[in-house]
Amino acid sequence: MNHRVNPIDKSYFAGERRDGDFTVIGSVVQRSDVLGHVTGRTEFFEDLALPDMLHLKMYRSERHHARISGLDVTEALAVPGVVRVLTHADIPNNLYTPLKLIGVGPDDEPILAEDTVRYLGDPICAVIAETEAAAYEGVSRVRVDYTDLPAVFDVEEALAEGAPLVNEYQGQNHFIYEGHHCRRIRFGDVDKAFAEADHVFEWRYQSAPIEQAPAETTGCVVVPQADGRLRVHSDTQACFFTLDNTALILETPFNKLRVVGGTVGGGFGGKVDVVVEPVACVGAMLTGRPVKFVYTRYEEMQVSSPRAAERIYIKDAVMNDGRITGRKVTLYVDAGAYARHSPYGTTKAAAHLPGPYSIPNVWADCHCVFTNRTPSSAMRGFGVTIGDFALETQMDRIARELGMDPLRLRLINAYRDGDMKAHRKIAEGTALVEVIQKAAEMVGHELPDAYRRMSSTHREGR
Amino acid sequence: MAKLRGRGYASVNYPTGMNLGGDPSQALIHSTTTGTFVVSLSSVDLGQGIKTIAAQCAAETLGLPYGNIIVDTADTDTGPHCMGTFASRGTHRVGNAVIMAAAEAREVMLEVAAEELEVDAADLETDGTGFIQVRGADEKRIHITDLALAAHFEHGRTISGRGIFLKEKNEPVPETGEMDPDSCQAHACTVAVVEVDDETGVVEVLELHNAYEMGRALNPAMAAQQVEGGAWMGMSHALFEATEPYYPARDHGPRDFSEYLMPTAADIPVQRSVILERPAANGPFGAKGIGEMTANAPIPAIGNAIFDACGVRLDSMPFTPEKVLRGLDELRGLDELGDASERAHAPATGHERP
Repeated sequence: MNHRVNPIDKSYFAGERRDGDFTVIGSVVQRSDVLGHVTGRTEFFEDLALPDMLHLKMYRSERHHARISGLDVTEALAVPGVVRVLTHADIPNNLYTPLKLIGVGPDDEPILAEDTVRYLGDPICAVIAETEAAAYEGVSRVRVDYTDLPAVFDVEEALAEGAPLVNEYQGQNHFIYEGHHCRRIRFGDVDKAFAEADHVFEWRYQSAPIEQAPAETTGCVVVPQADGRLRVHSDTQACFFTLDNTALILETPFNKLRVVGGTVGGGFGGKVDVVVEPVACVGAMLTGRPVKFVYTRYEEMQVSSPRAAERIYIKDAVMNDGRITGRKVTLYVDAGAYARHSPYGTTKAAAHLPGPYSIPNVWADCHCVFTNRTPSSAMRGFGVTIGDFALETQMDRIARELGMDPLRLRLINAYRDGDMKAHRKIAEGTALVEVIQKAAEMVGHELPDAYRRMSSTHREGR
Repeated sequence: MAKLRGRGYASVNYPTGMNLGGDPSQALIHSTTTGTFVVSLSSVDLGQGIKTIAAQCAAETLGLPYGNIIVDTADTDTGPHCMGTFASRGTHRVGNAVIMAAAEAREVMLEVAAEELEVDAADLETDGTGFIQVRGADEKRIHITDLALAAHFEHGRTISGRGIFLKEKNEPVPETGEMDPDSCQAHACTVAVVEVDDETGVVEVLELHNAYEMGRALNPAMAAQQVEGGAWMGMSHALFEATEPYYPARDHGPRDFSEYLMPTAADIPVQRSVILERPAANGPFGAKGIGEMTANAPIPAIGNAIFDACGVRLDSMPFTPEKVLRGLDELRGLDELGDASERAHAPATGHERP
């Protein structure tokens, strides 16, 4: 078998390794799915083609924020092949939020819009037809009258007084964390650190929404069973999470549903939301026939929840020798119109601060902000990827300002075993020092002896 | 006009798992009468390879060949609960659950073998090729194929096991943010080498050097796949990707892959990666999760390399040619129309490497 591996440098942490006599672990075995993938024989949910299967396509909001003053589906229903048009009235429990399973509320998102749309692409009604072409034709004949409402797109403008309210179920343009307007980190005294610092540096960082871009778009096929249950073939990243949320939306016992999946053409976080199964299940229940609902590439890119845009302000207290003694971070996560998984991602972002460094004074306000855009949600590196962009750009800037080697600056501040992190967890199993040392060695970046002798297991002079 | 070369650094850590509501996954394992073990899960394989890793963990724990394991996953009627594939949790949670299930099944396997061979189970070992044998007297042995058949038809035993891994619920303290959200941390340092065309603003990533600490690489080829695939994604995020290119304006949103640009094979840089292993006490064979973090360090490393190359500090992603050119114009004291302004002149090059 021909394969590519990266060398493992076992000279690091040699005393902690217990390699034993593994026979399978640490060996290259061929991926169990790879032959199917490269020969095109792997079966994905879309390979299920049933003779009586119906196709569902969504009519979506054409406005950023508007009242729906009229909805007319007469012409859509008149299209040959269109079987049914679903509106919010067909959804047993139309209002949900996916994290209610772990006690996060409030329910803030309709499956199908009731009287208001909150972003361009908000689903309003679902056309179910014998063919995809008929479903698209039906969608094009749906008539909606909108009365535009003021919209807000910038996170700081959304938090300003007098901003249009994005989501009345939330009640304000930010998620409330146990009575607080944001997820907070309070560790030490940053103001004292700034007062005593040799230098104070503050910069701003910004990202834009990013698409997960899986090869296979989000979708499902729901097949009614003879015993009255529904078999849901889905490319969800979490079968039981999808099952539980869908059952709550359908107001059915959980055991009415069976989710079958597990072979997915890429997820990257984009298939954690529960956005196709509930409405497809309603369609299957009401028609008694299999229903397929799969996102187009356009929907995947513009409607399916992307990685959130983030705005991050970092203010650091820095001493002449490179020690960072205080770090203040103000983070705005653009959740879009609905919460989805953003309250969780924002907490994850807070737990990651101030990066992999031991900084004795840390203050962070991490805001989960609602705006009139496509709801963002999970994506690979949820809550961390953009933070790392900001934190590591900040480190480079500090090194430049001090005229220091950027790796030495990182080594001086690197967290070690036994350090208390800003969220008050004692660090263990750390290895930042060693990956920096190794990377330096790989590119011929010379480090003085004192830096090469540093170790994650103890701090010098301790 | 010139192509300017620069080098940038970034070092990061990443949590394995992220717990808000309690984070469990289960595994069940049983031997069929053929001596093949079926691992039942409801975990999802997105292409990252959880089916393979689960089979490796089961084979190692049972002491049987990898080929004796079948993974049956992601049917909620037949597979026990899994929270899902996210938060770099799959290898850690599912791996631990599979090890627990396989350890229980191994115990039964050895008990039945002891009855069959009329020896003490404590004296038995597995040889990794399918035999259960008496330690130090390996002529006294039985193959799993024969043992599984005997267990069912003669001993009336099921060779099976149950496993679960649970990270218990932890509520953050709202005033301070005190919390215990994760199980361990993996680490990485990336060095990027880029070339910036100061006429077009186009950035080419020439080299990425990565050092990763991941506890233990359970399957080194799949670890390489994660490190290199993730680096590609990080490079793509750094240079190309945005569904709203002029955020917070909603215009110009790409609709397909002809408008949403990503690097193709020709854009991929030379990659050199080295793995370090500091086994995590709570990880399966010490493994930590690296599924997500591999996209992270390349982004700031590339941004910092662009600064090193041409003096333009990019504080907003992605690092498009437009932003590079605007930055260069600003350094040269040119305004939007390319005319010299009265602002301070600064050279576009000449930034000393420390």
